[in-house]
Amino acid sequence: MTQPTEPILQLRGVNKSFGAVQVLHDVDLKIYPGQVTALVGDNGAGKSTLVKCVAGIYGIDTGEYLFEGKPVSVSGPRDAAALGIEIVYQDLALCDNLDIVQNMFLGREPKSGVVLDEAQMEIKARDTLASLSVRTVTSVRQLVASLSGGQRQTVAIAKSVLWNSKVVMLDEPTAALGVAQTRQVLDLVRRLADNGLGVLLISHNMNDVKEVSDRISALYLGRMAADVPAADVTSREIIELITTGRSGDHGLPLAVSQESA
Amino acid sequence: MTTPDMSKAVKHVSDENARGMFSGDAAGPVSVGEYFNQYRNKLRAGDVGSLPALLGLLLLIIIFTIAAPSTFLTTFNLANLLTQAGAICILAMGIGFVLLLGHIDLSAGVIGGVGAAVMAMLMLKQGLPWYLAVLVALLVGVAMGIFTGVMVSAVGIPSFVVTLATFLAYQGVLLWIIGTGGTVPINDPVIFGLSNGNMPVLFGWVVVIVSVALYAALNLLVYQRRRSANLVTAPLAIIVLRIVVIAVVLLGATFLLSQNRSKGVIVLEGIPWIAPLVGVLLVIWTFVQNRTAFGRHVYAVGGNAEAARRAGIRVGYITIACFVISSAMAVISGIAAASRLSSVDPSSGAGNTLLYAVAAAVIGGTSLFGGKGKARDAIIGGLVIAVIDNGLGLLGLQAYIKFIITGIVLLLAASVDALSRRRRASAGR
Repeated sequence: MTQPTEPILQLRGVNKSFGAVQVLHDVDLKIYPGQVTALVGDNGAGKSTLVKCVAGIYGIDTGEYLFEGKPVSVSGPRDAAALGIEIVYQDLALCDNLDIVQNMFLGREPKSGVVLDEAQMEIKARDTLASLSVRTVTSVRQLVASLSGGQRQTVAIAKSVLWNSKVVMLDEPTAALGVAQTRQVLDLVRRLADNGLGVLLISHNMNDVKEVSDRISALYLGRMAADVPAADVTSREIIELITTGRSGDHGLPLAVSQESA
Repeated sequence: MTTPDMSKAVKHVSDENARGMFSGDAAGPVSVGEYFNQYRNKLRAGDVGSLPALLGLLLLIIIFTIAAPSTFLTTFNLANLLTQAGAICILAMGIGFVLLLGHIDLSAGVIGGVGAAVMAMLMLKQGLPWYLAVLVALLVGVAMGIFTGVMVSAVGIPSFVVTLATFLAYQGVLLWIIGTGGTVPINDPVIFGLSNGNMPVLFGWVVVIVSVALYAALNLLVYQRRRSANLVTAPLAIIVLRIVVIAVVLLGATFLLSQNRSKGVIVLEGIPWIAPLVGVLLVIWTFVQNRTAFGRHVYAVGGNAEAARRAGIRVGYITIACFVISSAMAVISGIAAASRLSSVDPSSGAGNTLLYAVAAAVIGGTSLFGGKGKARDAIIGGLVIAVIDNGLGLLGLQAYIKFIITGIVLLLAASVDALSRRRRASAGR
C-alpha cells in the first residue's frame, strides 16, 4: 500500500479539557484519502471526544485543525459538513417512519420552489446505493422500520457519501450486527476508501480493524500511543497498545505511559 | 489486508442498471396484483392507516340507517352532519400536527373558544368588519401557539402539563373576555353563514366538478412524470380507481345536497359553506405534509427527534410551528362552532370539543406516539365522531349513553393505534 503524501484531515497537538479533566493530551490524528484509519482505544481513552472534536460538536482548546493541508476553524457540525466531513453514529440516526430516500436526504432535501424534488432524490439515492453495490434492499421506497440492522447501517453509510463527502467517520458501525451483516458493512467501508474517501473507523473488534484498515491509531488515556501501518502490527500488539499504551518499539515512552496510568 | 471485494471498487452505475439492482423498483410498472400484495403486507405489518376508520364509518352508517330509517339517511340530516363534523375536522387537522410530533394539545378547544370570543367581541363592541376580527383572532391563536411551543421546546415542560395549565388559564381568559354570565351574539352574515348558509346550487356544482377535474389531472400528471422518470409509482389502474371513488363520493354528495331538503316553505338547498372551507384546509395541509421540507421534518421529528437533530433540523422551531398550526386551526374551528350556535358563551370550546377532536385524529389513523398520520385522517375520523354524535342523537338516547359510547370508540381507536404500533415494531426484522 503506497502512502499518500498528504493527509486529507490532520489534527496537530490537540488538547481538550472538560473542566478540570483533561481528556485529550497533544493528540495528533491523520486521515489519508483512500485509506481506512482505525481509531482504537479502551473505554474512556477519548475516542468519542476526539471524533466529536473533528465533527465540530466540541471545540478544541488548543491545537491545529488542518483540512487538505490548510488550517481551518471548525466551530460547529455545519462547518464540518461544509468541509465534507460526515459521521455515521453508533446508535443509528435514522427515522423509522420515513423511507430510505427520505432518510438519506433528511435535512438537506433538494427543492424546486417550495416543493420537494422527489424525482431527483429518488434517482440520486438509488444511484448512490447502487454505486456502493448495495443489493440487499428491495426498494428505495421501503420504510426504514422494515430494514435489518445491517441494512440500516448501510443506509446510514450511504447517506454519508451522498454529499460528495471527503471524510467519513464511523463510530462502531458493526457493534450491533451479526456475522453476515458485519461482512456487508465492512465491505462497504472498504469500498468507501477505494473510492478515494478518507475513512476513520472506530472499533473495538480486532478482527474488523485488522481486516479493513490501512493504518491504526491507538489512543491511550487521552494520548495518541501509536499511529502505524496496519501491516506492521499484530492483533496482540494492537491490544497491548490499547491496554498499556506501548508495545515493543511502538507506543508512548515508558515514562509517559506509566505516569498516565 | 483488503477484502476480496477490492475488484468491485466503486464506479458510476447508470440509472438503468441502478434500478435493476432493487427488485422492488423493477423497471416495469407494478401490476395491480402486486400492488395489492404489497398493500396486504403493509396491513399485516400493522400499517393499517385509515382503513379501520373507513370500515367503521361504513358500519356506523349501516347501523344508523337500520336503527333510524326515517331520519338518519335524509338529505336534511346529511347537511346537518357535515356542519356538525366541520368544526371537529378542522380542530382535529390542527391537533394532528401536534400529535405527529408525539405531543398533545389539551388546550386547543379552549383556544378556539377564546379566538371566537375575541372575534365576536371585536365585531360587537368595536364594530370591526368580520375579516379584520377573524385576522385578530387568528393572531391571538398564533401567539398562544408560540407560547405553548416555547414552553415545550425551550423550557422543556411536557406538552401534557403545559397545555393542561393553559387549558385552565384560557378558560379564565374566555370568562374575562365575555364577562360574567353573558353570551356574545354573532350577527355578521358572513360568519353566521359559514355554518348556517349554503352555496348556490350551480356554484356548488361548478366548484365540485372543477375540484374533481383538477384532482384527476394532477394525479395523472404526477403518474405520467414518475413513469417517464422511471420512479416507484402505483399502477395506473389504482390511481384511476382512486379518482373514480373520490369523484363518485363528491358528486353523489353534491347531488344529494343540491336537493331541496327543507320541510317547510323556505327552500333549503346547496352545499353548506363549511364543506369547501374544510376542503381547502385539507388540501393546504396535505400539500404541506407531503410536498414541503417542513412537512417532511415534522414527520422526522415525530419519528426520531435525535436523528432529526443530527440531520440539522431545528427541532425546537418545528415544535413551535406545529403548536402554532394547532392553535390557529383551533381558532378557525372555534369560529365555525360559534357560527353554528350564532353566539359565543363561556363554555365554548370546553366540554367534549377537544376530546372529540383528538378522538377524530386518532380514529382516522393518526398515531398518539408521533410520526404517523395525515390531514385526511382528521376528516375521516371527524366524520366517524359526527356520525356517532348525530346518529345517537336521532335515536333519542339519553346523554349518558352518548358519552359512554364516544369514550369507548376513542379507547378502541387508541387500542388499534397501540397494537398496530407493536405489530410494526415486531415486523421490522
